[in-house]
Amino acid sequence: MELVCPAGTPSALRTAVDAGADAVYCGFRDETNARNFPGLNFTPDELAQGVAYAHQRGTKVLVAINTFARAGDTQLWHRAVAQAVEAGADAIIVADLGVLGWASRNYRDQRLHLSVQAAAATPAAIRFYVERYGVKRVVLPRVLTVEEIAAIVADVPCETEVFAFGGLCVMTEGRCLLSSYATGESPNMNGVCSPAAHVDYRQEAGSLAARLGGFTIDRYPAGQPAAYPTLCKGTFMVEGKAAHIFEEPTSLNVLAILPALKAAGVSALKIEGRQRGKAYLAAVVRQFRAALDALETGRTVPEMAFGALTEGGRETTGAYRKTWR
Amino acid sequence: MKLTLGPVLFNWPTPMWADFYARIADEAPVDRVIVGEVVCSKRTPFRNDVIGEVIERLERGGKEVALAALALPTLKREINEVASLAGCGYLVEINDVTALAALAGTPHLVGPLVNVYNEETLAEFESLGSTTIALSPELPLSSIAILGAAKQQADLEVFAFGRAPLAISARCYHARAHGLPKDACKYVCEQDLDGLDVDTLDGQSFLAVNGVQTMGFGVTVLAQEIPGLHEMGVSRLRLSPHTCDMVGVAKAYRELADGRLASSELIVKLEAMNLPGTIVNGYPHGKPGAVLVS
Repeated sequence: MELVCPAGTPSALRTAVDAGADAVYCGFRDETNARNFPGLNFTPDELAQGVAYAHQRGTKVLVAINTFARAGDTQLWHRAVAQAVEAGADAIIVADLGVLGWASRNYRDQRLHLSVQAAAATPAAIRFYVERYGVKRVVLPRVLTVEEIAAIVADVPCETEVFAFGGLCVMTEGRCLLSSYATGESPNMNGVCSPAAHVDYRQEAGSLAARLGGFTIDRYPAGQPAAYPTLCKGTFMVEGKAAHIFEEPTSLNVLAILPALKAAGVSALKIEGRQRGKAYLAAVVRQFRAALDALETGRTVPEMAFGALTEGGRETTGAYRKTWR
Repeated sequence: MKLTLGPVLFNWPTPMWADFYARIADEAPVDRVIVGEVVCSKRTPFRNDVIGEVIERLERGGKEVALAALALPTLKREINEVASLAGCGYLVEINDVTALAALAGTPHLVGPLVNVYNEETLAEFESLGSTTIALSPELPLSSIAILGAAKQQADLEVFAFGRAPLAISARCYHARAHGLPKDACKYVCEQDLDGLDVDTLDGQSFLAVNGVQTMGFGVTVLAQEIPGLHEMGVSRLRLSPHTCDMVGVAKAYRELADGRLASSELIVKLEAMNLPGTIVNGYPHGKPGAVLVS
């Protein structure tokens, strides 16, 4: 299985390459990619340099152009595709049917991957993208069990990539408007979820309130660390009871089920986290590199403690196990 | 402007569901009715006994009927159900690319859970046979205007009334809220006919849970925006069913669209109808969906 690692910045790209990534993925510094955060991403020149660095070391570069193009401004997405091709991207990761159609018509030889944001979760949906647009790999939505993934892999004429570690969307990606309901900005339109510009932390009556767009996402007693108020990881009230009604602050971690994913025929594992720092990235990539090397050579995958690298110190195998549902 | 009654998104008991459509058939001035389960396939078997009658009744009432496809098919049974909609003899509204793959090349409708955000995607769907495209509730008027100018043969539909569908998941939040696994959910979603309200820790109304679906607490009501939407080339308004008087809602929208009712009067009428949440309309104005822009 190929290890696909996040590169939020040029230096993160070098970190991931050096730590053993088989491929890195990154985006341009605008709303054409789904991690459109201040201080992240690449200029076209930086991408070309990053590609050169990666290719010298045998690492592939995948460029995410995976938001849904804004009406009237589709040339911004076209330009991003053209610049990624120009920079020598090994693949472009696309979600929007319009962008996909344009890219496949204009760059017939360019390898295209289907972003998780396209939410292709069935063999029929995946075949549609393969047959109509020549997609070579699909990133599967985080809604499937390992058994369902194995059935899909056996039934589609392309590679599959699954999420392995990091932040965990609990809603089907590309089909979630929670962020824009509270803030006006969404992953689909703006490449952001629960954006920092709409976050407010306030000390009130002995507790810290974390708000998003004016809605309280969680409250923390004095001294307890506060998590970032990602909407779907908040504590809310349902019928008078406070609970993490969607999901707890937690990180996806598939280390425990790596052999099952390999047996399912998955082609690539994706580490989430283009917004993460270099220390985090280096640690996670190294651990997964070691685990995959062990797996590929028939050794037992060593147990590894990710501890502080996880959100809230908690891990989950998410939808890969049926009980999560 | 034509009116579309969207599918019932909630788990209404089958007799209530059938009675609802009987009244719609006889009394509601809507042009098209979308029938069928979108959210959870576990709800479908109970309705299979009556859906034939429901469709016949609606057609006798002069409504055009289309069948809704499931939003997130993952089980083999669900995938087969979606695939079998091709060739079922009725118009179908797709809600994901599984259904699109089955219906590509034949006339079909596109539901608001499918992402059509720009003119090139719109053209792509038109070339695949989409005859009506219901736009995502989060699209601002600036985008809708461009889509309206760019469309060829397809009708554009805008989500005008109801709790906006915001997200769909593999996990059932209704079952989770009751401490039950999804596979043994006891159909607890049947207890909340307009969704289960989700408040913040400060007691502010925020969201609503409907099985694997999450919606806004607020009820989207487009009113003052309707004449402008018509000018932009939007030709259909979608009304999403709730337990309030949907015949009354449809009549009010019919009068508004025909210029016989002012938007302020529509709001007054709707506010008297026991809506499940407060009125919101932020999305078309490029604001958070949860806010009201007056």
